[in-house]
Amino acid sequence: MSVIIQSLSRNKFYNWAYKNLFSSWVNTIMTIIAIIFVYEIGTFFLNWAIFSADFRTNFQGELITDRTFCSKNISPGEYGACWAIIYARWDQFMYGLYPIEETWRVNITYALLPLAIIGILFDKLPYRKLFIYFTFLFPFIAYFMLYGGPGLSTVGTNKWGGLLVTLFLGVTGIGLAFPLSILLALGRRSKMPIIKSLCVVFIEFIRGVPLITLLFTANVMLPLFLPDGVNPDNLLRALVAVTLFQSAYMAEAIRGGLQAIPKGHIEAADALGLTYWQTTRKIILPQALKIAIPPIVNTCIGLFKDTSLVLIIGLFDLLGIGRAALADMTWTKLYYEVYVFISLVFFIFCFGMSRYSLYLEKKLKTDNS
Amino acid sequence: MTKIKSLFISLLLTLGVSTAIAGSHGSTHDLVKDRGKLMCGSNTGLAGFGAPNDAGVWEGIDVDVCRAVAAAVFGDASKVEYVPTTSKVRFTVLQSGEIDMLSRNTTWTLSRDVDLGLEFVGVNYYDGQGFMVSKDLGVSSAMELDGASVCIQVGTTTEMNLADFFKANGMSYESVPVETNSEADAAYLAGRCDIYTTDASGLYASRAGYPDPSAHVVLPEIISKEPLGPAVRHGDSEWADIVRWSLNAMIIGEELGINSGNVDEMKGSNNPEVLRLLGVDAGYGAMLGLSDDWAYNILSQVGNYSESFEKHIGPNTPINIQRGLNALYKDGGILYAPPFR
Repeated sequence: MSVIIQSLSRNKFYNWAYKNLFSSWVNTIMTIIAIIFVYEIGTFFLNWAIFSADFRTNFQGELITDRTFCSKNISPGEYGACWAIIYARWDQFMYGLYPIEETWRVNITYALLPLAIIGILFDKLPYRKLFIYFTFLFPFIAYFMLYGGPGLSTVGTNKWGGLLVTLFLGVTGIGLAFPLSILLALGRRSKMPIIKSLCVVFIEFIRGVPLITLLFTANVMLPLFLPDGVNPDNLLRALVAVTLFQSAYMAEAIRGGLQAIPKGHIEAADALGLTYWQTTRKIILPQALKIAIPPIVNTCIGLFKDTSLVLIIGLFDLLGIGRAALADMTWTKLYYEVYVFISLVFFIFCFGMSRYSLYLEKKLKTDNS
Repeated sequence: MTKIKSLFISLLLTLGVSTAIAGSHGSTHDLVKDRGKLMCGSNTGLAGFGAPNDAGVWEGIDVDVCRAVAAAVFGDASKVEYVPTTSKVRFTVLQSGEIDMLSRNTTWTLSRDVDLGLEFVGVNYYDGQGFMVSKDLGVSSAMELDGASVCIQVGTTTEMNLADFFKANGMSYESVPVETNSEADAAYLAGRCDIYTTDASGLYASRAGYPDPSAHVVLPEIISKEPLGPAVRHGDSEWADIVRWSLNAMIIGEELGINSGNVDEMKGSNNPEVLRLLGVDAGYGAMLGLSDDWAYNILSQVGNYSESFEKHIGPNTPINIQRGLNALYKDGGILYAPPFR
């Protein structure tokens, strides 16, 4: 017996497990309870989502074209998820009500999106400059591809939906809010009283109001001020609200970074005879943004999830299109499938952002030490 | 801060509403014709009433009213853009002129008709609050529900109607509060309550999704009035007439036995009202500012009321709603359109 324990203790994993999981009676019991809990939930979920689930065909091998074909509706209690609804509505989840024959345009935009942001994300990328140029070019390409222009038919934004709207609001909102938030953060620390108070009022007002209120205001109030027939695009209105909201939060994150810079840096720059903009651009911002990156990414993750609030003003984002799918009699009541799928998509994006933030933190740590 | 904010918001509201009222001139009919398509406020998704199908095409009886108006105005029922609206923004969207008409299960009430600056042009579905119970309970009338537990959405008019109904009939109940429709479904199916109450159409739609729909019955008592119908902006009577008579044409079509299948044969009918409706006897379209075959276009492309009802919510669909109140006045319902002459 003692030989076994000795040989086990040499094993790194057992050593670790012994120290962390079974060090005392209480710890051992907790560990066992946790393992049972995770096992039960895990097997239940996997069984529901994969092993006893229908994908495109049911247990009789028939292609599932509506909910009555789902195995779980044929023999209740024995079968799990019925993913056919995701297959049937895949186009709507990805593109909303975008005309089917034009969806290649969205696909191209989706494919170009990573190229447009990769240059910003990784500073050691080869040919980074080219990627950055592309980043600035991308909004015009995306506008042309998605909305239309010479040679391409116009697809109104009321036809956009699903992941397209979620990504559009998330990416454009973050992209537009970033420069705005830098100006706001600098303005808030400005010595000029009018600029300073304008920035403070703007930031505090936006942060004092829930996003949903801003969305309602943008959606409901804006058209009332404008003359008859002039209706700014519904999606554009939501984008304005989302951008303002995000810029206020991001500005506060950046202000945190600005405040962390020792005063000596600014004084040294002044002593060298640099102007305000030179100091800001070359000394302050590079350091401040570096420090502020984790909180900025944090607000970005928050915003990405908050975009689903637009469903309350009648836009079909990923969540909205999912709910519309559930309202169709063909598929009604497949709540779990739709919501699990939507959560998965959100999780992929948010987890990606979170990992990126972690990677940056690690990188910055080595830079500073 | 909050006081200033609320002051600011109320100021915005006042300004906004007054500009909206001041700005609502110009004929909607001309606007729609110039645009080449009808902007119709629809639901964000309600089974059988208005929801996009797998191919992304909108379907439902509310949607059919939009299609009927497009058929009347353009002779093409497909010239509609649907603007999904939630119950919270539907009236502002209409007032601001973003949509030309609203057709999304909206109850016609005095305050909405008068105070909100809307004009309800008719009723395309008579709804009302009902009760659903499990068949095992052996109940056949709401009068036998004394002492039952009821799943009820909190803070709705449904809740008040329920209290009134039980009080008026000297019965008691135990309420099981729920937040949403899906929560109510779950609670009811799990047996946490004996009765589930909401608008009858909602009960039917819920029942359609249950594992065994035939094990549940919707009781015959309807305890509130919920006439659902299309609405337009107040102050443009010509446009209101077009929407009103597009809906009426569908109802009259059923009355006269004209459907999308026989509409061409019916043009040779001996019945003068049929000839007037289908535009064989000219002159009626011009009164509305439409072509003479406007009603023909509605009936051939959208169909009559009964076709629309049977296709989207009738007994042969999963929603399985009987005509009931929504049958023609001749058949024991209250669906009634003024004469076409």
